[in-house]
Amino acid sequence: MTVIETPSQSRTTQAADINSLALTLFRVRQWFTQSSPYLGFLGVASLLLAWYLLTEFFNVPRFNKLPGPVAVWREFTSPSPTFGISIYTPEYYMHIIWSIWRVLQAFFWATVLGVPLGLFMGWKRAFRDYTFPVLEIVRPIPVLAWVPVAILIFAGIASREAPVIFLAFLATFFATVLNTMLGVESIDEVYFRAARCLGSKPRHIFFRVVLPGALPFIFTGLQIGVGVGWFSLVAAEMISGEYGLGFLIWDSYVLSQFPVIIIAMLTLGVVGYGFSAIIRLIGASLMRWADRSGV
Amino acid sequence: MTPVAARGAINIRNVSKIYDPDGANVLAVDNCSVDISPGEFCVIVGPSGCGKTTLLNAIAGFHDISSGEISLDGKPICTPGFSAEPGADRIVVFQNGALFPWSTVLNNVAYGPVVQGTASSIDAKTNAQALLAELGLSGIGDRYPNELSSGMRRRVEIARALINDPKVLLLDEPFRAMDALTKGVAQEFLLQAYDRVRKTVFFITHDLEEAIFLGDRVLVMTTRPGRIKQTLHVDFGRPRNYKIRSSKQYLTFKSQIFEAVREEAIRAFEAGERELA
Repeated sequence: MTVIETPSQSRTTQAADINSLALTLFRVRQWFTQSSPYLGFLGVASLLLAWYLLTEFFNVPRFNKLPGPVAVWREFTSPSPTFGISIYTPEYYMHIIWSIWRVLQAFFWATVLGVPLGLFMGWKRAFRDYTFPVLEIVRPIPVLAWVPVAILIFAGIASREAPVIFLAFLATFFATVLNTMLGVESIDEVYFRAARCLGSKPRHIFFRVVLPGALPFIFTGLQIGVGVGWFSLVAAEMISGEYGLGFLIWDSYVLSQFPVIIIAMLTLGVVGYGFSAIIRLIGASLMRWADRSGV
Repeated sequence: MTPVAARGAINIRNVSKIYDPDGANVLAVDNCSVDISPGEFCVIVGPSGCGKTTLLNAIAGFHDISSGEISLDGKPICTPGFSAEPGADRIVVFQNGALFPWSTVLNNVAYGPVVQGTASSIDAKTNAQALLAELGLSGIGDRYPNELSSGMRRRVEIARALINDPKVLLLDEPFRAMDALTKGVAQEFLLQAYDRVRKTVFFITHDLEEAIFLGDRVLVMTTRPGRIKQTLHVDFGRPRNYKIRSSKQYLTFKSQIFEAVREEAIRAFEAGERELA
C-alpha cells in the first residue's frame, strides 16, 4: 500500500518564507566567513590601524620612537624624500633589483642542484642512507653561523656577491632537497610496479614516474625555499653588501633613517609574496592533473 | 603437457611462500599447483588474505617464492631466490588502479610501447588512439585519470595492458571498489576485450558471481595457508553476456562454489577471532 501525501498550500508558502530568510542569513554568514579577497584587505587594514594607533594616535611608550604609517607613507610617496628613498628615487628600485637578482641566482642553483639530489635520495635507498645524515647535520645550522665560512670560502674571488648568494642559496637548497625527497617517498609503490610491468628501464622510471610524481612536493619545497631564501639574503646583505633591501635596512638603522627601514621591510614583504605567487602559478600550470579532482 | 611454443602457458608447481615479518613465520601459500593453458581465463577466489595476491605477485615478478617453481611457456620465471624482472609479457592490472595520474589517458596507454622502444612516440599514440576507439573509449585521450569515473579508469588500464600484446594478463581484484552497476559494465568490457585477444588471464577476486561470469575455470583457495581446494569448470560458451546471470546453470555453479568458499570464509573468520582473543 502506498500513500502519497500532498502538503497543504498555506504551509508550503510559509515554509518558503522562512526558507528565504534562512537562506539570506546563511549567505550573509558565508560571505563573512568564506575566504575572499576582501578578508585579506580587512586583515591588512587592521594591521595598519593597529600600527597607526600605537605609534601616532596614542603614542604608546616604546612604540612612539617608531615611525607611524602616515610618516612612512609621506616619505614613501614624496618626490624629494628626506632620507633619499621613495617611489620616485632610482635608488629604491636599484636596491629591489639587486636583491631580486641575488635571490634568483640562489634559487637557480638550489633548484638545479637540489631537485636532482632530492630525487635520487628519495629513489635510491642506499644513496639516501649515505647522504641523509650529512644533510640532517648540516641543515639545522643557522645561516648566520655560515657567514665566516662563506667569507673564507669566497675570499679569493673578486666578486663580493658570491658569499651573499651562497648564504641565500644554502637555506633554499635544504628546503628544496628535503621536500623533493619527501615527494618521491610519497609516490605510491604501485606506480613503480606498474611502470616495471610495462617494460620501463630505470631511466624511464626516473623521468616518467619519480620526477612527475614528486612534482607537487618539489613545488612546495621551492615555495618554502624561496621564502627562506629571502630571509637568508637579508641577513647576508646586512653583513656584506652595498645594495639590496637587507643592506638598506641595516644602513638606515645605522644612519637613524627610521622610515626607510619600514619602507624596505614592507617592500620585502610584497616582493616575497610576489615570488611565492609566481611559483604557485608555475606549479599549478605544470600540475593540471593534480588539482582537477574528479568523481 | 602444453607445447613449449604455446604463448602464455603458466605452470605453478608446488609453490609455497613464507613471509617472515618480525620473525613470525607466516605461510602465505602452501604447496600450490595450477596449470593454466594458453588463452585460458582462470579465476582464483578465496577469502581475504588467503595468498591469492602473493601468487599473482610471484608470477608478475615482484618477489620470489620459498619453494616450488613458476614457469611461463616452459621457462622458469620464479623460483626460490630468483624472480624474473617484471615485464610487458605479463602485465598486472592493480586492485586500486595504477594509471599514472600525471599523464593523460593517451600517454598512459602509449606508455608501454614508448618505453619498450617498439614504437615511436607518435606511432604509439596513434595506436593507442586506435585501440581506445576499438574498445569504445574514444574521446577521452586528452583527459587525466582523475577526471574519469572509476569504471572508466579501469577500462583504460586494461587497454594500457592490452596494447603491449602481453602473453598473460594478471588482474588483481580490479573491480573491487565498484558499485554493482559499474562493475557489471566493467566486467562485460573485460569479456569483450578477452574475446578479441584471447590472452591467458589470471584473475583474482572474492566475488563469486564475478568468478563464474568471467572464468573458464574457477579455483577456490583455502584460507591461509593458501592451497587450491576445489576446481570448477564453468562451461558456458563464449561470447558471454549478462543474460547468463539468470540462467539455471549459473545458479547451480553459484551454489556449488558458495558452499566451498563459505567453509573457508568461516574458517578465516574464526582464525581472525582467535587472533584477536
